[in-house]
Amino acid sequence: MQFLSGISLGQFIPGESFLHGLDPRCKIISTFILLSGLFMASKAPDFALWAIFLVCLSAMSRIPLGTILKSARPVLFLVAITVLLNIFWTPGREVFRAGFLRVTAEGLVMAFEMGMRLFFLVSFASMLMMTTSPMAFSDGLERLFSPLAKVGFPASEMAVMMTIALRFIPTLFEETDRILKAQVSRGADFDSGGLLKRARSFIPVLVPLFILVFKRAENLAIAMESRCYVPGARRTRLNPLAWGRRDTGAVSGLVAFISLVVLLDRTFLRHFSL
Amino acid sequence: MSVVIECLSYSYNLGTPAIVTALSDVSVSVERGEWVSIVGHTGSGKSTLAQHMNALLIPQSGRVEIDGTEVKPKAKGLRDLRRKVGLVFQYPEQQFFAETAREEIAFAPHNWGLRGQDLDRRVADAASAVGLDAALLESNPFSLSGGQQRRVAIASVIAAKPDYLVLDEPTAGLDATGIRELTHLLSELKRDGLAIVQVTHDLQSALDRSDRLLVMENGVGVTVGGAEDVAAFLLRNPVRGLVIPPLVQFSAGLRARGIEIPLTGDLDTIVRKVEERSATPLKYEPANGACAASDGQGRCSS
Repeated sequence: MQFLSGISLGQFIPGESFLHGLDPRCKIISTFILLSGLFMASKAPDFALWAIFLVCLSAMSRIPLGTILKSARPVLFLVAITVLLNIFWTPGREVFRAGFLRVTAEGLVMAFEMGMRLFFLVSFASMLMMTTSPMAFSDGLERLFSPLAKVGFPASEMAVMMTIALRFIPTLFEETDRILKAQVSRGADFDSGGLLKRARSFIPVLVPLFILVFKRAENLAIAMESRCYVPGARRTRLNPLAWGRRDTGAVSGLVAFISLVVLLDRTFLRHFSL
Repeated sequence: MSVVIECLSYSYNLGTPAIVTALSDVSVSVERGEWVSIVGHTGSGKSTLAQHMNALLIPQSGRVEIDGTEVKPKAKGLRDLRRKVGLVFQYPEQQFFAETAREEIAFAPHNWGLRGQDLDRRVADAASAVGLDAALLESNPFSLSGGQQRRVAIASVIAAKPDYLVLDEPTAGLDATGIRELTHLLSELKRDGLAIVQVTHDLQSALDRSDRLLVMENGVGVTVGGAEDVAAFLLRNPVRGLVIPPLVQFSAGLRARGIEIPLTGDLDTIVRKVEERSATPLKYEPANGACAASDGQGRCSS
């Protein structure tokens, strides 16, 4: 029996590579630049360049390409739906029809674009999470949002909330797995019956899980209070983030790459249909 | 009729960089009606082994056979095997979800198709087998004491009428009274014909009660055998994290000085043997019969 396993979406993979060593702020900013850059790409050669870029990132992070691709697997379903919706529901020149379904040339192009974009989007986002420890990630976010603290935005509380949430994802998976196994060994059956029956069969998993989560939250709150955690208090850091020359280099390199792709897209490839 | 495990190996996260080998080449068998203890330090693979015994985990290599049926991936009878071998997880009260103890205990037999009067009778039988007051059946399981919750949890497993009962650290988190009561309860279940497989790191209680012990270290079965053989083995080859009970060490010391006594952790036996050797009887009052249940800390109390 296969229980929960192999969830690698957004899991940190420790390492010493160039990407691991970048400042988390640099990586967060770069990811946003990447994502907006992705939405300016539309042609097949653009995506080929993006694919090459992804291979380079994989080399720079020493994370095998297979692992990165696998991390995109949980959202393949979403990609598939997007592709299908775009194929069938884009108005335009009809290529062929099957019953009430019309496939248009525009639809095919659109489906390709959206599918590619979504795929790269997920790959780059999980690249960020794979090379940045949860601690560093929330530190980076906190620093990025700290200017907003002046207008009352709870940047550090948000960072703490995020750290806690990320920290407990694997723990919750473990606990869910244990409860699942325990109920299965008491004869619970999650794979048969109608939709309603299946949904009901998860009550024996969800109730204990909620109880555990509340207990954990309570314990964590006590532990934090006993160590004098006060929301919004000014704290110093053991390892302050330091923006170095290579961070500036990485962001500029990225901007240069995206400008190149966009330039290509708008000039040479203007007349390409795909 | 037995649970047979042969050359079983199992690794978590197989095929990823984070691979962890939990079991390598472990062999053990459990006969009907027998009490077998799996003893080992945290992380020695004993819980993984326990989960193989009722087909929750499928062997990656090696064989697991339950009453003659081999556990294979996608085999049809896995659910039946899980009924035959009841598994009580560590801290089993964490799986509670029902509003009353009765519903909780009825979960397993209901899953295996029992309804109406049969179900009620099964719940009542299980509750009385674990010594749970019938009045408590209607109460909320979360409002019960730790020891009572553990009883409800065990009842919820034996309500499916398994032939084997595997318990992962059944005494974890209980106080001394709770531990003594639980050990007593397990002996009674064994007397009623249930095979008991107890996973524990408490060597004392394992030596006291089991017909046979399997000692595990780092996923490998170090030795299998009766209490005396295993104690003798562990005295020769200490296993990290397993403390030899003081009384066993004491009896080993006496043997080394030429006093012929069995290697045992049972105080009564030691005293009797020493008395036979000495001219004057020792001023020791053997405790009454109920005291045969030691409380797991080497003390004897009634």
